[in-house]
Amino acid sequence: MSSPVSSQASERIPLWRDERVLRITAQVISAVVIIGGLIWVVLNLLEAAEQRGLSLGFDFIQDPAGFPISESVIPYDDSYPFGTAFIVGLLNTLKVAIVGVLVATVLGTLVGLARLSTNWLFSQIALIYIEIHRNVPLLVLLFIWYFAVFNKLPSAKESLEIPGPIYLNQRGLYLTWPRLSETGSKFLILFIIGIVLAIVTWIYLRNLRERLGRSTYFAGASLAVILLFTLSGLILSEWQPFWIDTPVFEGFNFSGGLRLTPEFAALLVGLVMYTAAFIAEVVRAGIQAVDRGQMEAARATGLSQFQVLGLVIIPQALRVIIPPMISQYLNLTKNSSLALAIGYADVFNVGRIMINQAGRAVPIFGMVMVTYLMMSLITSLILNIYNRRIQFETR
Amino acid sequence: MRNIKLSLAMLLGLSLVLAACATTPAEPVGEPAEPVTVVETVQVEVPGETQIVQAPGYGEVLARVQERGKVVCAGRTDLLGFGYLDDAGNNLGFDIDLCRAVAAAVLGDPEAIEIVPVTAAERGPVIQTGEVDILSRNVTWTSSRDSQWGNFTITMFYDGQGYMVRADSGIETQADMNGSSVCVTSGTTTEKNLAADFRERGLDFEAVIFEDTASVYGAFFDGRCDVTTSDRSQLAAIRAGADNPDDYVILPMIISKEPLTPVVPHGDDQWFDIVKLVMFALINAENPAYGPITQATVDDVIASDNIKGKTVLGVEGDWGYSSLGLEPDALANAIRAVGNYGEVYNRYMGPDGIAFTLPRGLNEHWTNGGLVYAPPIK
Repeated sequence: MSSPVSSQASERIPLWRDERVLRITAQVISAVVIIGGLIWVVLNLLEAAEQRGLSLGFDFIQDPAGFPISESVIPYDDSYPFGTAFIVGLLNTLKVAIVGVLVATVLGTLVGLARLSTNWLFSQIALIYIEIHRNVPLLVLLFIWYFAVFNKLPSAKESLEIPGPIYLNQRGLYLTWPRLSETGSKFLILFIIGIVLAIVTWIYLRNLRERLGRSTYFAGASLAVILLFTLSGLILSEWQPFWIDTPVFEGFNFSGGLRLTPEFAALLVGLVMYTAAFIAEVVRAGIQAVDRGQMEAARATGLSQFQVLGLVIIPQALRVIIPPMISQYLNLTKNSSLALAIGYADVFNVGRIMINQAGRAVPIFGMVMVTYLMMSLITSLILNIYNRRIQFETR
Repeated sequence: MRNIKLSLAMLLGLSLVLAACATTPAEPVGEPAEPVTVVETVQVEVPGETQIVQAPGYGEVLARVQERGKVVCAGRTDLLGFGYLDDAGNNLGFDIDLCRAVAAAVLGDPEAIEIVPVTAAERGPVIQTGEVDILSRNVTWTSSRDSQWGNFTITMFYDGQGYMVRADSGIETQADMNGSSVCVTSGTTTEKNLAADFRERGLDFEAVIFEDTASVYGAFFDGRCDVTTSDRSQLAAIRAGADNPDDYVILPMIISKEPLTPVVPHGDDQWFDIVKLVMFALINAENPAYGPITQATVDDVIASDNIKGKTVLGVEGDWGYSSLGLEPDALANAIRAVGNYGEVYNRYMGPDGIAFTLPRGLNEHWTNGGLVYAPPIK
């Protein structure tokens, strides 16, 4: 009985030749090296900062910032603290990023479809647009938009007037804009409730249609819900939910109305045009990735052109489109930091000013980095959830 | 087991090779090393007396400068009069000459400089980290900058913030600027003064802020702004460079004190002293009691019997060179290179200045009723 045991013992693999042991050892060693390296980098940074008298604390956040910011969506002047200034910059970045992503998606999709169009002229115009924007650096485009286009518009006194009235001059674009009246909040609340209920109705009735296999008039029903709530909102706000804010020329500039500053406009237009060129290519690739046979088969089953697109082509194309689209959205958000060059007060620009005015390069760069990281992670999280939902359900 | 033996053998071989390398005497490479004896020279041993122990960091910058053979200054290339490029591409100006004077003093050669152009917002970090030896780029001396950035030497240009507007705009006072757009450079004391001035007066304005000075004035000349604000010397420089200078006026009010001062890194008292002394020498050389010493009269003063002048030029007594590790003629070299303060000023901004003309005002020598004053060289 003892012989098998001894033979087993003699066959036992020595530690240094045991693959599992070697693997674990390699993992541990590389982990130690990487973590040790990181610790060394951080310690080195702290030591160097201390040697050079760079302060690493965040206590300055509460001090008055003392510098003006050109545009802000929240109240701000130079007596507000550094923390508020940073938030002003952050909101400005979010403003340009969110508007930019929405507009770039629409424009990019249109250009992508135009590129695929059988109409020769459409397709060639789209091609030229895409090639120009993909091959010129964004910074150059921004300089052109700001200094060569928006800055060369007529002066405020000689504004271009478009019926509306809309005024366009080198100080910006001034739109006549409806603003909520005193009773307008009632209207707004009912309107939002109406939209939410309409969406719920839409989803419910569509699912019902799939189950029952007959039309449930989901579009009409949702529209009716919206109209009902809008109407009751109008009645509650005495038919005057808005007042019209018209821009008026006063002294140097227009006041009133909705104003897009030339800095914001140039950055938005530059970012949108640039990113849309990439999105167009993503959309084109997505649509071309759907096999022609899919369309032919869908046609053959008697679906209309709209149904072919909406039920067969687009759902399949989206699976290809979404992942590269995420990186385009992230690029647009991060590229907005080029605002620095044309004087738009985004978070990086404000951060740079804060570094100078507060003399705290390390903590402020840390804040800026964390901010961009958070924005990118949240964007990709949301889009990844969406992406998972539209992928093939594999069983 | 064979693998183990093999790798052991390789390890052994490798260590032998390494050991061989280590024992090979290092060959002298490249240029013969300058005798870097600075650290020793600064610790002055006076027999019989207590040895002077200097703080760590003392002498580091001078040693670095001498080893490198160059003084590295943060300057600018875009401001007429102070730091700009001429038609031939030479970087010159008031601030650049201060850097050249230091290079002449410590290395004997005013051309042994390297100018690193920096934006207003980069000034702080570049001197805080000791990346450059001198920051000579229109830096306003403030208490918070003094505590964070570096050591401020001595004010070389007394400036104040003003406003420039279009001549046909009808603006005369701040009250006329209510609701206007103002172009300003970011990361400056200027933008803070501007905000405070308007807030205190209860006036409204739109700040249009760029980091790059060229963009600020580009936008102003394009009409993006009604007003631009900066140090009056800078406005004078920009106005002189406009297509038609008469279209613009610099308003008479001054809203701030802007003592423009060269800065050196924190932590090296010797370098701080050297740069200060060079500045003192430029200022004192203009004093008639010292000669006055000009670029042209350095040798005349050496030959004369003017004790004060001869002290500055290093032929009479010790103005401090032996403790600072410099040659006796260091200050003489500085003056030979750029001239005295008045000559530097007039070269760029005097009546026949090559950049523009700006009355000296507060920047007159104190013997003429100005603020330019320096401790004596003796």
